Amino acid sequence: MSLIENLRHSRRAAIVATLLLGVLLAVLPFLVGSGLGNSWLRILDFALIYIMLALGLNIVVGFAGLLDLGYIAFYAVGAYLYALLASPHFGLHLPVWLIIPAGAALSGLFGVLLGAPTLRLRGDYLAIVTLGFGEIVRIFLNNLNAPVNITNGPQGISGIDPLRLGAVSLAKPIDLLGLTIPSLHAYYYLFLGLALLIVFITIRLENSRIGRAWVAIREDEIAAKACGINTRNIKLLAFAMGASFGGVAGGLFAGFQAFVSPESFSLMESVMVLCMVVLGGMGNIPGVILGGVLLTILPEVFRHSAGPVQQALFGRVLLDPEALRMLLFGLALIVVMLYRPAGIWPSTTRRREFKGDASARATA
Amino acid sequence: MRERLLEAKGVAKHFGGVKALCDVSLSIQQGEIYGLIGPNGAGKTTFFNVLTGLYHPDGGELIFAGERLEASAPHKVAQRGIARTFQNIRLFANMSAMENVMVGRHVRTHAGVIGAVLHNRATCAEEAAIRARAEALLHYVGVADRANELAKNLSYGDQRRLEIARALATDPKLLALDEPAAGMNGTETAQLRVLIEGIRKDGVTVLLIEHDVKLVMGLCDRVAVLDYGAKICEDVPGVVQKDPRVIEAYLGGAVA
Repeated sequence: MSLIENLRHSRRAAIVATLLLGVLLAVLPFLVGSGLGNSWLRILDFALIYIMLALGLNIVVGFAGLLDLGYIAFYAVGAYLYALLASPHFGLHLPVWLIIPAGAALSGLFGVLLGAPTLRLRGDYLAIVTLGFGEIVRIFLNNLNAPVNITNGPQGISGIDPLRLGAVSLAKPIDLLGLTIPSLHAYYYLFLGLALLIVFITIRLENSRIGRAWVAIREDEIAAKACGINTRNIKLLAFAMGASFGGVAGGLFAGFQAFVSPESFSLMESVMVLCMVVLGGMGNIPGVILGGVLLTILPEVFRHSAGPVQQALFGRVLLDPEALRMLLFGLALIVVMLYRPAGIWPSTTRRREFKGDASARATA
Repeated sequence: MRERLLEAKGVAKHFGGVKALCDVSLSIQQGEIYGLIGPNGAGKTTFFNVLTGLYHPDGGELIFAGERLEASAPHKVAQRGIARTFQNIRLFANMSAMENVMVGRHVRTHAGVIGAVLHNRATCAEEAAIRARAEALLHYVGVADRANELAKNLSYGDQRRLEIARALATDPKLLALDEPAAGMNGTETAQLRVLIEGIRKDGVTVLLIEHDVKLVMGLCDRVAVLDYGAKICEDVPGVVQKDPRVIEAYLGGAVA
């Protein structure tokens, strides 16, 4: 805590910390890649995708207070758009710079489609409708292979073009000024760049007229209306913005995996992203990022350690690591919610404001 | 005679069989403090809710500043220049006092997503203006020293005044206050009275629902009395106080 306080007070310390963080983020794939191997590097790449998803959902749930249990549908829309426009399935190979923004726009449109009929709903009721929406999208993807084969049904779409920057494919090692950047590293940098862009957009929005209107609707919709906020438009905007982040993440996912199928967009995924937002600290951007990282990495840690730990303790593997993994994960969720009900890293507004007040009194 | 700011013509509202408002007509002049009183359940708050677009009236119409008010569009009502407070305070509890007032500026500002993300010059200037105005309003109502406190942590009286600041932030022509003195002690009520008089002096017309008879009689230029959804009397406070219908409404009729 004192570290964070110091950062707030000293400009120089803040610059140093930012630089350190920048260097850490830049060398992280090399540390992880050489220390833990490529499987962890993949997990790291996925963590960045999940951060984008969690930040998108945070706009809807954290800022505007609209409980959305079908968020993964927007991820699916972005992923399938990429898959359909850049794969042998239709023989289309459109460039990335066109598909990703198109995915964001189409997902945003789907966000509005979901938002429009649910404007009067809140809380539990909204959750049920959005849950249904998420399932509808998944079931459509599963069944749109007949009579006209659009999505290739449960088999999914494979052979998707890798992400490219200009003529450079990220699926192969890249030579840059005599330096060879392996594929997973290259993906990491691309995802990191986009994640940072989304963080930047979210921070700017949070501290704006629009962001305040979202929070006002979350706090008291009637009072927000009485203040002249057009709650319909502002809510739809929240749905659209959140969904468009999901669409971007989906496009990246499709290009990264080179394969999409409806299985990847189950209700469980929506719940996971929601957990990232709630556990990390609803409405607080650093908290949501932390939630995204932890909830991507923790299950993998459990997966990798459950077997060896049992071996060491009991001499043999008693419980299937895969089953134990979810058990431990669930336990971790319960513990966090019991001891930090506002999330691991909740908004610091309260603390900061208390401090500001104390210093104001001292000078008075 | 001064200009007419608000005119209600035969406004009616029922909930099922209950006639909450029944053919209520009244007019409020520019620059006056107009009181709306009546026993509990007389329909005062219902009138406010119809006026501010939260309820759709079942009959009649409201003319504000020469134009008809569109029913059931609260944000448009705010846009037109009617701001309100609520009987049971409705602040944005987890936002700071400052942010609460800044939200009130929403309706008079324009920055959208693009401006917010790019921080272009117009947006920055607007944001600075919002902040400056909010600060000034916090001073105006006297909660400037609590600007960074979360609204929910403010004392009851401060919350009431913060709600007034938020309403004033929308640049209203008509400020509708729903029982602003409820739960206040004598000192706070006296401060409130000064505040409301100041607001009127600054050119805002005030519509006041209040139970505190002393406050209403001392403050209002004219008073209307509602009983069972109907207006039974409208006049200057001195006359209203002596009206037998009003006394009957409050104290009950003679034993039959």
